[in-house]
Amino acid sequence: MDILSNLALGFGVAFSPENLAYCFIGVLLGTLVGVLPGVGPLVTIAMLLPITFNLPAVAAITMLAGIYYGSQYGGSTTSILVNLPGETASAVTCIDGYQMARQGRAGPALAIAAIASLFAGCVGVLLIALAGPAIAEWALQFGAAEYTALMLMALVASAVISGGDVLKGLAMVVLGLMIGIVGVDVNSGMQRYTFGVPELVDGIGFTVIAVGLFAVAEIVVNLERKDPREVYTGKITNLMPTRGDLKDSAWPIVRGTAVGSFFGVLPGTGPALSSFATYLLEKKLARDPARFGRGAIEGVAAPEAANNAAAQTNFIPMLTLGLPASATMALLLAAMTMQGIEPGPQVMLTRPELFWGLIASMWIGNLMLVILNLPLIGLWVSLLRAPYRWLFPSIIMFCCIGNFSVSNNPGDVYLCAAVGVLGYVLAKLECEPAPLILGYVLGPLLEENLRRALLLSRGDPTVFFTRPISLTFMIATLFVLAVVIAPGLRKKADNA
Amino acid sequence: MKPDLFDNRDFLAGLLFIALGVLAIAVARDYPMGVAMRMGPGYFPTVLGGILCLFGGAVLVRGLRSGQQVSGDWGWRPLGLITLSILLFGALVDRLGIIPALVAMFFTAAAAGREFRFKEVLLLTVVMGAFALGVFVYGLKLPYALFPGVWWTS
Repeated sequence: MDILSNLALGFGVAFSPENLAYCFIGVLLGTLVGVLPGVGPLVTIAMLLPITFNLPAVAAITMLAGIYYGSQYGGSTTSILVNLPGETASAVTCIDGYQMARQGRAGPALAIAAIASLFAGCVGVLLIALAGPAIAEWALQFGAAEYTALMLMALVASAVISGGDVLKGLAMVVLGLMIGIVGVDVNSGMQRYTFGVPELVDGIGFTVIAVGLFAVAEIVVNLERKDPREVYTGKITNLMPTRGDLKDSAWPIVRGTAVGSFFGVLPGTGPALSSFATYLLEKKLARDPARFGRGAIEGVAAPEAANNAAAQTNFIPMLTLGLPASATMALLLAAMTMQGIEPGPQVMLTRPELFWGLIASMWIGNLMLVILNLPLIGLWVSLLRAPYRWLFPSIIMFCCIGNFSVSNNPGDVYLCAAVGVLGYVLAKLECEPAPLILGYVLGPLLEENLRRALLLSRGDPTVFFTRPISLTFMIATLFVLAVVIAPGLRKKADNA
Repeated sequence: MKPDLFDNRDFLAGLLFIALGVLAIAVARDYPMGVAMRMGPGYFPTVLGGILCLFGGAVLVRGLRSGQQVSGDWGWRPLGLITLSILLFGALVDRLGIIPALVAMFFTAAAAGREFRFKEVLLLTVVMGAFALGVFVYGLKLPYALFPGVWWTS
């Protein structure tokens, strides 16, 4: 079989001592930084990105992928032990995970999270290996109109699922698109919105935006809060889940994996939505729904499986279409571009060692994650118990060095401070930053494809509705919007 | 204007969006517009600015109706100090080297917390600073001066 020889190639690449080492360092660093409360995968990758600049392409991507699922896993540890959801994807785990910890079952909760993540991760990677080539082939038919429609769908979806208000989510998307086009316009060579500042000519850097909006703003929000966060302080004695725990969580893990794999492929939705969706599903299916919120092990197993499966299948649009499905993927995409890899459907053919090497390394990495984390739990716990007044200056330090090392330019550090202020104001006004960042990522791509599509159609906007694939994406976009707006309207009609 | 408008969450958010939208359109007036078939550099941003104003207007009107307040106080003090600490790092790292920059950053940032214990902050600066130097300067060989004119040589 073709796929077997491809996988053999991949494992050959991934098992080279060098790549194995980088994968390990990535997983370790990712978990270390991801455990810090309020630092999700996005910020972790943004801060650690400069570390990979001087590595060969395969090693760099392998390491970044390791950082990605390492920090994802670190986030789950945080949400079980601290009653403070660090990032949206593991916010759901917090509900039952922290309750389990308070009942003295932190060990089994952590173990089940690890097992669920491992299983889901392996399935997710398998899906990439199976579906990737087929989707890439399909994607070769995509023209500018299809890409435009697909991006529109992703943007609307991200606004809708951000958890906040849809109207503000859409406004944040538009704001993100505008921030994304700052810099030189590729078509005309004209500088836009640079206000004569040389640092803005190449656009506002990804690290600047990600770190400013998420890390800096989050720290200020935490500092201004009066109530101190609650950290589980008991000792973790027994890691092993009981036989009953395993039986209870087997099916939720499988269902969570299925839900997560599905949502992960859709651009704009990703891990956060899938963990919410699967939690609701488990609650519906449970014989005794009242247990949820009081330390039900299914409430940890299913969302953890879902967000890890989604974290893996999130790679599919990025690797096959060259289109980032989430802000985190956009960072990996940017890293690939920096390594001189032109992303898109052709990557699989032109750089098979990269594609299959990445896939194989993700399997190994997921396994490393479990082996690494179960014994190191004690270390993460002590890190979490460190008072926040030690943690936040350290996070700021990583932010500063991370920003500075991208370009060795203090201008980027100043910009990050400014973005932090904007991020804090937006957070206070309850505008979710996630849609903004996806808009920022897709801004230049969207403009380019929109221009090209309309140029080819001679300015006729119906082009998006006459081509079948594009039409499908447009209908999906409208459907997503309708689903959200309809209940609101009905409520209004009821009130009247 | 009623004073509580300044505390009206959606009103302020809407106002912010409209202001940014208007700014975008105003600046884009200097860029050639072109037509839909052959868009100039001003086309896309102008359209975006317009859409942002529309969304902003809707959010603003809803804010006036619901009158939802901003929850909690504004944390101007932590915001100011954290921002200052980042700015200080940027300003000092080039001029004085990474060690003075880190010291200034840690002490300013730590002042934003509720508790400030001098010895603790000093210890934190030394430990985390050493870690950062180990990873970034020694490990990754990033070309940063430690002090003015002092470089890592191995």
